[in-house]
Amino acid sequence: MKSTMNKSILAGLLLSLGMVGNANAAECIAPANPGGGWDFTCRTIGKIMHDIGAVDKPIQVTNMAGAGGGLAFNHVVAERNDDADLIIAASSATSTRLAQNAYAGRVAADVRFVGAIGADPGVIVVAKDSPFQNLGEMLEAIKADPGSVAFAGGSAVGGFDHLKPLMLLQRVGFTDITKVKYIGVDGGADAITQTIGGFTQAMTGDMSEIVGFLKAGEIRVLAVLTEERVPGFDDIPTAKEQGFDVVAVNWRGLYVPKGISDDAFDSWADKLQQVADSAEWKEAMVANGLAPFTKVGGDFQSYIDGVVDEVRQLSKDIGVIQ
Amino acid sequence: MDIMSNLALGFSIALSPYTLFLAVIGCFLGTMIGALPGLGPSNGVAILIPITFTLGLDATSALVLMTSVYYGAMYGGRISSILLNIPGDEPALMTTLDGYPMAKQGRAGDALVLSGVASFVGAFLATVGLLLLAPLLARVAYLFGPAEYFALYLLAFCTLGGVASNNQAKAAIASCIGLGIAMIGVDDNSGMPRLTGGNMHLADGIDFLVAIVGLFAIAEVFFFIEGHGRNSSIGVKLEKVVVPWRDIWLVKWTMLRASLVGFVAGILPGAGASLGSFLAYMSEKSIAGKEGGFGTGVAKGVAAPESGNNAAAGGALVPMLTLGVPGSGTTAVLLALLMTLNITPGPTLFTDRPEVVWGLIASLLIANVVLLLMNVPLVSFFVRILMVPAWILLPGVTMISFVGIYSLSGSYFDLLLMVAFGVLGYVLRKLDVPTVPVILGILLGGHMEDALRRAMVLSDGDFMYLFSSPIAIGFWIAAILGFVAPMFLRNVLAKPQRVTD
Repeated sequence: MKSTMNKSILAGLLLSLGMVGNANAAECIAPANPGGGWDFTCRTIGKIMHDIGAVDKPIQVTNMAGAGGGLAFNHVVAERNDDADLIIAASSATSTRLAQNAYAGRVAADVRFVGAIGADPGVIVVAKDSPFQNLGEMLEAIKADPGSVAFAGGSAVGGFDHLKPLMLLQRVGFTDITKVKYIGVDGGADAITQTIGGFTQAMTGDMSEIVGFLKAGEIRVLAVLTEERVPGFDDIPTAKEQGFDVVAVNWRGLYVPKGISDDAFDSWADKLQQVADSAEWKEAMVANGLAPFTKVGGDFQSYIDGVVDEVRQLSKDIGVIQ
Repeated sequence: MDIMSNLALGFSIALSPYTLFLAVIGCFLGTMIGALPGLGPSNGVAILIPITFTLGLDATSALVLMTSVYYGAMYGGRISSILLNIPGDEPALMTTLDGYPMAKQGRAGDALVLSGVASFVGAFLATVGLLLLAPLLARVAYLFGPAEYFALYLLAFCTLGGVASNNQAKAAIASCIGLGIAMIGVDDNSGMPRLTGGNMHLADGIDFLVAIVGLFAIAEVFFFIEGHGRNSSIGVKLEKVVVPWRDIWLVKWTMLRASLVGFVAGILPGAGASLGSFLAYMSEKSIAGKEGGFGTGVAKGVAAPESGNNAAAGGALVPMLTLGVPGSGTTAVLLALLMTLNITPGPTLFTDRPEVVWGLIASLLIANVVLLLMNVPLVSFFVRILMVPAWILLPGVTMISFVGIYSLSGSYFDLLLMVAFGVLGYVLRKLDVPTVPVILGILLGGHMEDALRRAMVLSDGDFMYLFSSPIAIGFWIAAILGFVAPMFLRNVLAKPQRVTD
């Protein structure tokens, strides 16, 4: 009986060791707990890379939550700068935090961004019984009385969800941005629950977070923050066509350590491109409300540089950073 | 009749030899994961997600496996709570209060069987609640804004002082320590780091599992070393395991009430299983009154938190399936699994993908029955763990905890932090300050503060906003009448109030 017990303890131990990692297979770090967007990126891209034969062993996913991705970023830069078998999930949250210097002095140039293969379009949403029929009406109401509209979003104050309505208000010349009410809750679905419940007047978030509620007819999407209308959601107007030129998408992609060879970098870029072209990824994008957004390789690096500059300026304007 | 045909559809999907086999495997793995300190249900499920991909399981099979692990872990958490006084995961925290004293009286087997049955009742009722009422209950989440959540957490906090039976002041101090620890990390309402000392590892605050393993398991090791193994509290008397029918019958109403409390707490996004088991325990304690003997190893004290946390586990599936809002850490992981399987939970899931929903519900029912059948006979096996000498058992458990905690963040910082918590736990126990309120302070304090801060943003700092809805007012009244007032009235009233059971 005792040996049976020892065996089960051993089994438990092996189970825990299993996730610490295996030196032969490539590793994808999701810089958050299981269940979020980064975790999805690692698991989905990793799974598809293996399914289509781009890698011969399944990619190990490691969750390294902490400091909004800062812990993983720091870990990669400081300890694994030349690990060619390592990819890390990234999104707009990564570039936003880099722009706001939230990674303890680390900058975007400390790693190499491989690419993005899909983006979650930003949306501004109200409950179905809201008096606001379009984006213009809401922005006017905020200009008249900033306290009358409170936003809920899935990111902390100063995070990407918070910046979306602020960017819109900046376009209509509203500068007293600190007066805008925003509460950061635990994720987009929670934000939408608060909005349908009437505790906040609007929700700022990503398309993927609202799909179910949209189908159920509980909400009205005032605007999607993309260049063009999103396929599959053709009746939702963009902010741009309503006269407010704001594009804010939450891209999903990867970065790798800076110290790896150009060959290794190109190899990851190629694998990522293969995923982007696969039928499996297209299916996953549709199911998760992602819009096509493929930028891989050098193209993506310059995109990141542009985004970081823009967000840094905006964050200074609104006083999130000095 | 609609439900019956839906359920039939569910069982036709979930009930095949293969899925039954997966359920048994899942239940066993889950029980082990739950029982090991440092491995909670959420990282247990997360560890196993890649396995579902490697095995190439289809959506239903993957769901069956994962929900069995989920329910299994909720069952398993109680085992180390009862036998070792070390909670296997945070919802099992409250089970230590009466489970371990019961085991010390030589009734470890009784406590395990009883808590197993209570877990079954809680999980079963919650699953039935999920199946009958899920679309309806989803609306409950819309009724809870910052003010309501604040009042709910306040209610929980008012009861904290009563957790420890001997000294309320010390319990209050302990919960304040917990509150202080909960302040560590980046403040969501300003984006500013607090009390982190510039250390990035502290930016997300302190994980409950780190605190639990430190305060319980590591502190136990320190005591063991100090006493050269003689004074260890591990090593309880053993006796023949029989099913304690009398006790089970005695706690029937406790199980029902605790299941209801736990289920409601589970439905509320963000509250989760820990709050469920805590409120279930505290409400039963106040119903039983002083004569109830809670904290000394009574049957009700074992049954209430177990029914509560298992019911909460089922309840947490309601907002996850109907709103896509995870009610707990584990449901967040399950949500991720659903998304990876190209299933988007939300208000339309019940109509769009009935085979998924009813397959899931059927697999929950299957897992629950499997767990009961597996757990009761296994009790005699688990009890034998106590025959292992403490000098082998304790380091073994500690080693597993270290591995488990390391898997949380993959950084050694958490290990150092865990040892620091061990020292804290040792000091607190030397001073006879209970450690359970510390954990609850960490667990509830962060949520309560968030709710208050959000309420203040929305109301421009008007405190009357906190009393702005009937639900919030109801919680305030319950907090004041039920828990605060008796503390002051106790001195006024000559006799302690008698509460009939």
